Amino acid sequence: MTSEKKRSVLVQMEEPNLIPERDLGHIPVLQAKHLGIDFGGLTAVDDFNLAMGRTEISGLIGPNGAGKTTIFNLLTNVYKPTRGTVLLDGYDTAGKSMVQVNKMGIARTFQNIRLFSKMTVEENILVGLGNSMSTKLVTDLFRLPQHWRQEAEFHDKAMDLLAIFDMQKYAKAQAGSLPYGAQRRLEILRALGTRPKVLLLDEPAAGMNPAETEELMENIQKIRDEFQIAILLIEHDMSLVMGVCEAVGVLDYGKIIAKGTPEEIQNDPRVIEAYLGKQGVN
Amino acid sequence: MTFLTQVLNGLQLGSIYALVALGYTMVYGIILLLNFAHGDIIMVGAYISWIVMAQMGFHPAIAILLSVVGCTLLGVMIDKVAYAPLRNAPRLSILITAIGVSYFLENGAQLVFGADAKVVPPYFDASPLSFGSVQLSPIALLTIAVTVVSTAILTFLVQKTKLGKAMRAVSEDMGAARLMGINVNTTISFTFAVGSALAGIGAVLYAMAYTQATPTMGIMLGTKAFVAAVLGGIGSIPGAVIGGLLVGFAEVFVSAIGLSVWKDAVVFLLLIIVLIVRPTGILGRTMNEKV
Repeated sequence: MTSEKKRSVLVQMEEPNLIPERDLGHIPVLQAKHLGIDFGGLTAVDDFNLAMGRTEISGLIGPNGAGKTTIFNLLTNVYKPTRGTVLLDGYDTAGKSMVQVNKMGIARTFQNIRLFSKMTVEENILVGLGNSMSTKLVTDLFRLPQHWRQEAEFHDKAMDLLAIFDMQKYAKAQAGSLPYGAQRRLEILRALGTRPKVLLLDEPAAGMNPAETEELMENIQKIRDEFQIAILLIEHDMSLVMGVCEAVGVLDYGKIIAKGTPEEIQNDPRVIEAYLGKQGVN
Repeated sequence: MTFLTQVLNGLQLGSIYALVALGYTMVYGIILLLNFAHGDIIMVGAYISWIVMAQMGFHPAIAILLSVVGCTLLGVMIDKVAYAPLRNAPRLSILITAIGVSYFLENGAQLVFGADAKVVPPYFDASPLSFGSVQLSPIALLTIAVTVVSTAILTFLVQKTKLGKAMRAVSEDMGAARLMGINVNTTISFTFAVGSALAGIGAVLYAMAYTQATPTMGIMLGTKAFVAAVLGGIGSIPGAVIGGLLVGFAEVFVSAIGLSVWKDAVVFLLLIIVLIVRPTGILGRTMNEKV
């Protein structure tokens, strides 16, 4: 993949030119147009535009309360947008349920880990795999031959996924008992199990130490390369965003105030002011 | 010997409570609803048995089958009609709806069948089995066996099947489950179906032991089973069984020492004590309020 192709512009401020000057391959895998939501009288997100290529890694940064998680909730239909549209692989997601949107190809992790903590690690993955499983209760309950075939198949799939983060040894452990970093990794795997085209990671490095964050960066790239999916992440950890993302958008008070490559963002005075604070870093 | 008989009685009564408590606990586990109509589903099950055997003269096996199937369908229908539209409403609304459904079923039954007790004919010849000097009631033995088997199947269903995984996932985090592609509505329907099927089995066992159906029979039975579920730790399957047996034993032994007027009071006293000493119930876990 050429760096030209990887370099993508996350946020398109000008309209109607949503995908200018660049070749995103096909239609963008994920597109948001003028997305906005109000809570009561408060505008949480306004005029958010996005176009993501099939295998790009993009980041959304911004201070606390800027609306980053709200955007994830809009993209996954947890919230119904007040304005604008989301297109997933060209298809409008309006009116779809969360389940349908997941099946259309979007999966996510959560800022505060939301694993099924009383279930085992493997079961968590199996739940994710479940959206592609078509077992009947009868085969399941009476353990018909088909059940064993499927069970073996899904066990293998789950183990393959766990292998990405070298977590096979935890398969039978209760998810809630895992160390924090491992829980975050498991959440990513569970989302991957639903075979998304776009993976949304909500602060994947939160609570991780620098060594773990480093490893996570490598893994995010590895996941992209192996699964050929687009990854959009929200992050506070600047090193992660700068290290792994090809395009970055900066959100403040629900609006995009800057966009571009990590280098451009790092040197943008508006970003330094909004995100890093007025005193400025360097 | 009389002690053994009482133990058996306790196990029998406790088993019925356990079956009913399982329905409470499953529904609570998945949508945090105390389904107050659950006891009344049992009442309907008992009436179905009465209609099929006493009115239509069919074989008891058909009565058992139709009672269980009827309760299952009724449970799913109640969820679809009364609870599903309120899925995103405040929890109090759905709780009050459950009470409304309960009254509806009780008064509906009274309207249709009248307030007097109907006698459910025996399902089979239940003359006591003698082992030397010990006499055992076959109904008691059957009740206990059926409960053990039902609980085992239920545990298997919840722990080992895909549907069970979906149930546990939904019960832990409905939002996350949806985003992982689980069809939450289907899962909830199945939970109601399973819980109500257990209520149907409970109805048959209850009708075997007490041989009558009245419109209000579900109230006390339901309330006691609810106590059992809370005692054991609501949301927990083994908890419901333990709670059911505890309530059954408490009642039987209080009656056995000649204080049968106090049996209901003792059950509720037991609840109060457990709630003071261990508010989450015996096997209950503290739950963090989800944000």
